[in-house]
Amino acid sequence: MNYQRKGRSFLAKKHQKMSRALQRREDISGYSFMLPSLIFFIGFVVAPMIICILMGFTDANMTDSSMLGHFIGLKNYAKLFQDKVFQEALWNTFLIVLVSVPATCAFSLWVSSSIYQMGSFSRSFYRIVFYLPVVTGSVAVTAVWKWMFDGYTGIINSVLTGAGLIERNINWLGDTRYALWCIILILFTTSVGQPIVLYVSALGNVDRSLVEAAEVDGATNTQVFWNVKWPQVLPTTLYILVITTINSFQCFALIQLLTSGGSGTNTVMYHIYYTAFKLTEQSGHFGYANAMGVVLAIAIGLLSALQFKLAKEK
Amino acid sequence: MKTNARSRAYKIFTNIVLVILAILFLFPLYWIITGAFKTGADIFATKPVWFPTKWTMANFDRLLNQRTSPLFQLFGWTGPTGPAAYRWLINTVLMSVGAMLLTCATASMAGYALAKKRFRGRGLIFSLIVCAMALPKQVILIPLLKEMSALHLYNTLWAVIFPTVGWPFGVFLMKQFSESVPSEMLEAARIDGASELRTFATVVLPLVKPGIGALAIFTFINAWNDYFMQLVMLSDNVEYTISMGISTLMGEASVDMGVLMAGSALAAAPIIIVFLIFQKYFTQGITMGAVKG
Repeated sequence: MNYQRKGRSFLAKKHQKMSRALQRREDISGYSFMLPSLIFFIGFVVAPMIICILMGFTDANMTDSSMLGHFIGLKNYAKLFQDKVFQEALWNTFLIVLVSVPATCAFSLWVSSSIYQMGSFSRSFYRIVFYLPVVTGSVAVTAVWKWMFDGYTGIINSVLTGAGLIERNINWLGDTRYALWCIILILFTTSVGQPIVLYVSALGNVDRSLVEAAEVDGATNTQVFWNVKWPQVLPTTLYILVITTINSFQCFALIQLLTSGGSGTNTVMYHIYYTAFKLTEQSGHFGYANAMGVVLAIAIGLLSALQFKLAKEK
Repeated sequence: MKTNARSRAYKIFTNIVLVILAILFLFPLYWIITGAFKTGADIFATKPVWFPTKWTMANFDRLLNQRTSPLFQLFGWTGPTGPAAYRWLINTVLMSVGAMLLTCATASMAGYALAKKRFRGRGLIFSLIVCAMALPKQVILIPLLKEMSALHLYNTLWAVIFPTVGWPFGVFLMKQFSESVPSEMLEAARIDGASELRTFATVVLPLVKPGIGALAIFTFINAWNDYFMQLVMLSDNVEYTISMGISTLMGEASVDMGVLMAGSALAAAPIIIVFLIFQKYFTQGITMGAVKG
């Protein structure tokens, strides 16, 4: 009580322009509190980002003791335009994003709108079930799917042949026709968890009185959904679009552990890793890999900006 | 009343679909757990064995007897020798707890400063944080690797912990939570002569506790499951985490599915239990991070 009264009288002063002494005080205390975090943020995020951009213009490699190697201008970027493997990886990455992002959004919106009005027990139950594949961890999830998709002992083959849907066992992860779709399926099961949590809470926050008013006016469930609820969860949808896009772009563990980029599943993320750490002819084309990283970052940035713009226009 | 019957039919249909989906989503986990206890004959059966005919610990025995290593090495002090898989688990716990504690300490302070202090350069730092969150983490990995070898941290757990702490999501989350601290209370505490640190400890911290809880559990689970960073930063099987350990099992020419499932169960069980206990905080963290996101 006492605190609050004193505080208000002080607030009146705040409307005047901050005096220099006051600004100094805010600077000192602000940066003192920021300092520990800034050390880590600048040291291990911002600085590497800047080095990444710089390294994209050099021929740096793994064995080179210097940080940056030699400046070679735009050669790395020029090489990207001729690199067929990179272009295929870029196309695969876009395909993954193009399929998995809308599928994830639509699926999680449907699940959330079906469960958010259930009792708190069933609601938590479904929320947990769909989140479990995320928690289980990418390596454990990949391990079990590797077995399930296995050509000889995999359960998917035996169920499908048993049901008469396929005639003989399919080597799912070794076949160019199926491998990428298997990856997309696994990626899907590990990416709907977070959107469902977000949608359930967003739908729970939709103004009840608006929904009731619409129902009194005789609106059907579908009309209520699209005209009342959908506009109110639009910011959440935007956020989900952005995070799902970023996640799909970064799809890596699945590729590395299941196909090593073979059977037509190479993605930019895997190709960066491969170029930097696995090329045999000359170990570690760090500069070239970083140029790819920059392209990937720009692609993600552009796509996020585009999504923001489209959502704002609606 | 026709619409009523239709909407009821739709409801029943939805419930059936949801139950089927739940079973499908739970199946991989079920398959890990049962697979870990199955005999070799059950695993390699061409007809699926839905439920183990005989429960066995043989897979775990094979996993634990594969390699041995000292259980821990702290500040030059080497622990007793044991199965390498235990060492991997201990490493994973140390790494996740380390990342969690450091993140919570630094992010709660920084989040408070960003929300409540009007220092110069605040806007710039905040936009830098938002931009960094949208960038793919893996892109900076190569420079990070060079940096870590220059700091002689390559192939230590610190090389995984530090970038996790630097990732600005925590600061962003704690800023959201700190916005709700009433400014009047802070000013009043200051007028009463409380130092900055005291104000933070006695006024701010109690109010943002739920935020710290959410951030703690979020960081712990992410650090436990992060794979890419560990893959690049750790090169030695003594420093491996459980994720890295399993991935090496998967890379072998003929994969022993039983051992693989035992390893996966060992990696997933602790984190799932942690998640189930703290899932309320976790949900809160996810939703708060999205507000104004």
